[in-house]
Amino acid sequence: MAINMTLIGQLIAFAIFTWFCMKFVWPPITNAMDARQKKIAEGLDAAGRAERDLKLAQEKAAEMLRETKQAAAEIIEKANKTGNDIVEEARQHARNEGERLIAGAKAEIDLEVNRIKEDLRKQVSVLAVAGAEKILGATVDAKAHNKLVEQLAAEL
Amino acid sequence: MANSNAEYIQHHLQNLTFGKIDGTWRIAETTQEALDMGFWAIHLDTMAMSLLMGFVFLFIFRKIAKRANSGVPTGMQGFVEVTVEFVQNMVRDTFYGRSPLIAPLALTIFMWILLMNSLKWIPVDVIPSIAAAIGIPSFKYVPTADPNATFGMSIGVFMLIIFYSFKVKGVGGFSKELAFTPFNHWSLIPVNLVLEILGLLTKPFSLALRLFGNMYAGEVVFILIALLPFWIQWSLYGPWAIFHILVIPLQAFIFMVLSIVYLSAAHESH
Repeated sequence: MAINMTLIGQLIAFAIFTWFCMKFVWPPITNAMDARQKKIAEGLDAAGRAERDLKLAQEKAAEMLRETKQAAAEIIEKANKTGNDIVEEARQHARNEGERLIAGAKAEIDLEVNRIKEDLRKQVSVLAVAGAEKILGATVDAKAHNKLVEQLAAEL
Repeated sequence: MANSNAEYIQHHLQNLTFGKIDGTWRIAETTQEALDMGFWAIHLDTMAMSLLMGFVFLFIFRKIAKRANSGVPTGMQGFVEVTVEFVQNMVRDTFYGRSPLIAPLALTIFMWILLMNSLKWIPVDVIPSIAAAIGIPSFKYVPTADPNATFGMSIGVFMLIIFYSFKVKGVGGFSKELAFTPFNHWSLIPVNLVLEILGLLTKPFSLALRLFGNMYAGEVVFILIALLPFWIQWSLYGPWAIFHILVIPLQAFIFMVLSIVYLSAAHESH
């Protein structure tokens, strides 16, 4: 229990242990820990950045999808409109063509009717002249009475 | 019976002392012989166990330090890093100066005392019995229950306190601090000197005696428990050993924290 030289021995041992710890134990361990801390901080930072990037990319993708959908809808609408237009145009065209055909046919018919009428008129005037000759017993000079006949035919 | 009990206790508290007696260097056979050796004697058991524990500490920590990397820490590296970080935080919170010595010093104090204290968990008769079997008269295997070990450390800390006081404050600054605190008047310089020097000298004593007292008292109680009949010993030995789960790290921690606080105070210039 007495204080003796052990005290000095302990003091020396303590000094050597502390020196060794300061020189060969403490620095490598704390350096490694600091390096790890830095690494973890960087990792977390990178993770945060990646998360932010991902969010941005997702937003961008959603935006693009929306735009694309809108564009597609517009195209479809346009196509529908164009289709309708074409159908409408075709219909109009057909109608016009039909009308034109009908008009043509009508004109032709009218022409024919007029021609026949003219023909008939001419024949009537001839008949009338013939009838008048018969009645008058004389020849009606077609040339001389041409004017009259013409008038008659026009009156018919 | 009473006599043999006293002898038993005496024997367990007797260090293995090597010194000069009657003109020859040899191991003391009795307590009286050990006392007669005076200052120029050495406690072989304290030295051996404390050196062993110091080497265990440095061996483990050096091994980890050599392969320390910033990857995922595994096994022992985790334990070592937790301890280092614990000490580092302690020093950071308490010590405001910058010194490459304080933190490793604190780690050495903490781990060394922790290991030396933890020898107390070995039942009191195991090591002395082995020693007796190979012809060693006595073996007190807890170094921190020997005031030489605790004073060795506290005097080491005290020397650092003095060294840093002079280094940081200068001879004039340190002398002025001793002479003019707490009463800042020239007529009270003697009072101040007595108070301050007493306060300074109290530091190593309180450090050493606190640790020694706790460990010695714990040891005595363990020895007293060992005197009980063998079938009842567990009922007291168990709780007392469990209680030491608290005492052993706590004493190591207190020694470390107070050393940091004292050295921090030595670094503060007014």
